[in-house]
Amino acid sequence: MQSRLPILIFALAMAAIPFVPGMPPFWIVLLDNIGLTALVAMGLVLLTGVGGLTSFGQAAFVGFGAYTTAVLSTAYGLSPWLTLPLSLLVSGSLAVLLGLVTVRLSGHYLPLGTLAWGLGLFYLFSKLEFLGRNDGISAIPPLSIGSFKMLSPGSIYYAIWVAVIVSALLTMNLLDSRTGRAIRALRRGHVAAEAFGVHTPRAKLLVFIHAAVLAGLSGWLYAHLQRAVNPTPFGAQAGIEYLFIAVVGGAGYVWGGVLGAAIVVVLKEVLQSYLPLILPGSGQVETIVFGIMLVALLQLAPGGVWPWLMAFLPERTRGKKPDTSLKLEQRTRASGQSSVLLQIEKARKQFGGVIAVNNVSFDVQAREIVALIGPNGAGKSTTFNLITGVLSATSGSISVLGKKVDRAPPQEIVKLGISRTFQHVKLVPDMTVLENVAIGAHLRGHSGPISSMLRLDRADEARLLAEAARQIERVGLAEQMHQLAGSLSLGQQRIVEIARALCVDPMLLLLDEPAAGLRHMEKQRLAALLRELRDGGMSVLLVEHDMGFVMNLADRIVVLDFGTKIAEGPPATIKTNPEVIKAYLGVAA
Amino acid sequence: MNTTIMLFLVQDGITNGAIYALLGLALVLVFAVTRVILIPQGEFVTYGALTYASLAAGQMPGTAKLALALGIGAFVFDLFVARKALHGRLIVRSFVANIVLPAIVLALTVYFASQKPPVAVCIALSLVIVAMIGLYLYRIAFQPLAHTSVLVLLIASVGVHLALQGLGLLFFGAEGQRGPAVLSGSFTAGALRFTGQSITVYGITIAFIVGLWLFFGFTLYGKALRATAVNRLGARLAGIRTTLSGQIAFLLASVIGALSGIMIVPITTLYYDSGFLIGLKGFVAAIIGGLVSYPLTAVAALVVGLVEAFSSFYASNYKEVIVFMLLIPVLLLRSLAAPAVEEEKD
Repeated sequence: MQSRLPILIFALAMAAIPFVPGMPPFWIVLLDNIGLTALVAMGLVLLTGVGGLTSFGQAAFVGFGAYTTAVLSTAYGLSPWLTLPLSLLVSGSLAVLLGLVTVRLSGHYLPLGTLAWGLGLFYLFSKLEFLGRNDGISAIPPLSIGSFKMLSPGSIYYAIWVAVIVSALLTMNLLDSRTGRAIRALRRGHVAAEAFGVHTPRAKLLVFIHAAVLAGLSGWLYAHLQRAVNPTPFGAQAGIEYLFIAVVGGAGYVWGGVLGAAIVVVLKEVLQSYLPLILPGSGQVETIVFGIMLVALLQLAPGGVWPWLMAFLPERTRGKKPDTSLKLEQRTRASGQSSVLLQIEKARKQFGGVIAVNNVSFDVQAREIVALIGPNGAGKSTTFNLITGVLSATSGSISVLGKKVDRAPPQEIVKLGISRTFQHVKLVPDMTVLENVAIGAHLRGHSGPISSMLRLDRADEARLLAEAARQIERVGLAEQMHQLAGSLSLGQQRIVEIARALCVDPMLLLLDEPAAGLRHMEKQRLAALLRELRDGGMSVLLVEHDMGFVMNLADRIVVLDFGTKIAEGPPATIKTNPEVIKAYLGVAA
Repeated sequence: MNTTIMLFLVQDGITNGAIYALLGLALVLVFAVTRVILIPQGEFVTYGALTYASLAAGQMPGTAKLALALGIGAFVFDLFVARKALHGRLIVRSFVANIVLPAIVLALTVYFASQKPPVAVCIALSLVIVAMIGLYLYRIAFQPLAHTSVLVLLIASVGVHLALQGLGLLFFGAEGQRGPAVLSGSFTAGALRFTGQSITVYGITIAFIVGLWLFFGFTLYGKALRATAVNRLGARLAGIRTTLSGQIAFLLASVIGALSGIMIVPITTLYYDSGFLIGLKGFVAAIIGGLVSYPLTAVAALVVGLVEAFSSFYASNYKEVIVFMLLIPVLLLRSLAAPAVEEEKD
């Protein structure tokens, strides 16, 4: 929900620059280069800074874009405007191929994997006959509108910067949407996002394609600016350079990519033209100084220049409250005759030789609060993970409304109306409470990435945010709605997780130690909320260590010890059960 | 293809593979301990090789001066960090380690360079010079960033690579160089001719693999390094100085890099920028080894060397394409086999 005014001013300023009297033509060339680089860096911001996927291979996608138009417009004489969609298509579809191989890689495999295919593709460009080997392809026609040919750097300037600003707007729209929230959740690991129905591999592939298409666009423009292509600018060095442009600018921010491009392009130019005057006669001095400056810059501002600059601006008041009168349609309930919501039969989970859950059976009925208790290491959280599909059971079965869901992934479980919170809070700390909670409603929205970019998703989006706001008010955090989730106390973050789980419109709520870190009054309020939910028709299964809280709240208690169920019953009988007392207090009691 | 050619290719592949194995080991080591993906590893290779070749040719290598310059930088960083609690012993220790040591080495280099020293002296000097460069680089470029993300460290590593490569051109010029064989002479066994050089390569690689295994398995420092690799904070709480671990890792990496360079330069002509590609092939091996396993990395490196040798015979144009694309199926297998584990980042 950012104001568009600064962008408009920026666009007008960029449009006015060529008309400034006495503007050296060379500066326009520099600005052209900045724009081309910024496009690629912007894609990397989304991919690396936001999505957490580091890629060294972006230069190869620039190459795909450039070579596609080069071949088609020279050898086949196609109009450059016809080759634009084809360039983007080639970059995009190769991104699908390479992405399928790479995005599933975790941690450091990913950047190194991209480095490897980036290099491989570079050598392929320089060896293939129809791409002109090392000489490349020349005599590419310029862009033209009617009889006006964009031959000079000044005339293609507008094409480049329109592309940059439009891409920035589309990218920012994408980030501020249902799909965008899923992408922004990627960097924090996949378990939380998947628990609310996000297909993380698909979201990763999506950002990968987005970044590749932006790179392809840059390549297409590059080919028609230079009117010749050769393999050199698409090699591994260039791929590395794009990445550090994004990091220098501020890898988490769309405009950081543009700023980084400006800094690096200008810096290189200045070093190249002025250093020889200071240190004459020596070879690659600018590379040396450039490398040193890069390291120094990172030591001074490891987060990049953009956030460092933004810190000087007065803090803006964050977004307005969504209109909570908008209703989100309810999830369609699975029709089941049985009143047994969840049935666990002889569930067993082994990790190597350790039996974390040993043939545990219990059920949860409709409108019931069941507590799962036991000493540390009893297997409570593992049981939760079995129910929600994060882990699959070694043996035994789990059924929801009489239907077996043994091998179902988390995304399928949440569709059945089972939502959860986590023992170790899994929120995205640099997103607001509202945005975090809205992830819970992911499955209840429908807008895809394209409609988000084009802002066709606003009605859908408003309903999602309204639902999120309603649930935040319900759990009593309306005041904190627009604060960053990471700035809340741990207890409050747990409550945010409950609001997020409620956004699913669940029939069964799984809460993993919801009262930990809460003060006495807050616990009472939580207990009241859970009773209200039960009376409204929801069931709750919770793991909790606070016995006072559990005994007053639960309708039924299941006790685990070393993975085995040792007791089950209403609170009054559990309190006096000798087995339970033994498990908690030792034999003597 | 006849047997002779095949045996020749296998031999060539194993020799190159052994070098990649060494580099792959160093990369794994540095990454595990410091989380730095050491792109300048290739520069350690060229610096080692070209310093050795220059010395052997009776020229003064600029790297000795660089070591002193970096040492002065490291000294300044030490003083700056400790500015609130400066005391005599610290200053003296830092002064000796960062300034006196490289100054002595520089003096020795100047002395020997003028009189074509024997091979052993050249090797020793080259190793010491590059080792110091590695050590001081860690102090100046990476130690201040030790708390940041892998990505920031990676970009810093790129910066260091650019600076070192530029300096390499300055020191050694654009001309390629070759050095004298470490071990001259050769013998034949059947159709195969073994040169002293290739025997040296095998010997040193095996010695290093065994050495690293002993170091990590049986010494306190080795265990401290492994502890740092697993959990930095935990290691610090147990009293391990993580900076020291980082220094040891960089020291080992630079020595391994320089040694690899010295072993290659009698076989192939090296240029100031050759290191990058050689280092990257070490990377390929390291990735196949998953950046964690030393034996797997060594085996993978041999495979990379063999693939390279055979593809240079069959499709020399596509040699690099094949070597780097080799990774794709490996990564695919790894990703399919990868367990669904949660990673907590940042």
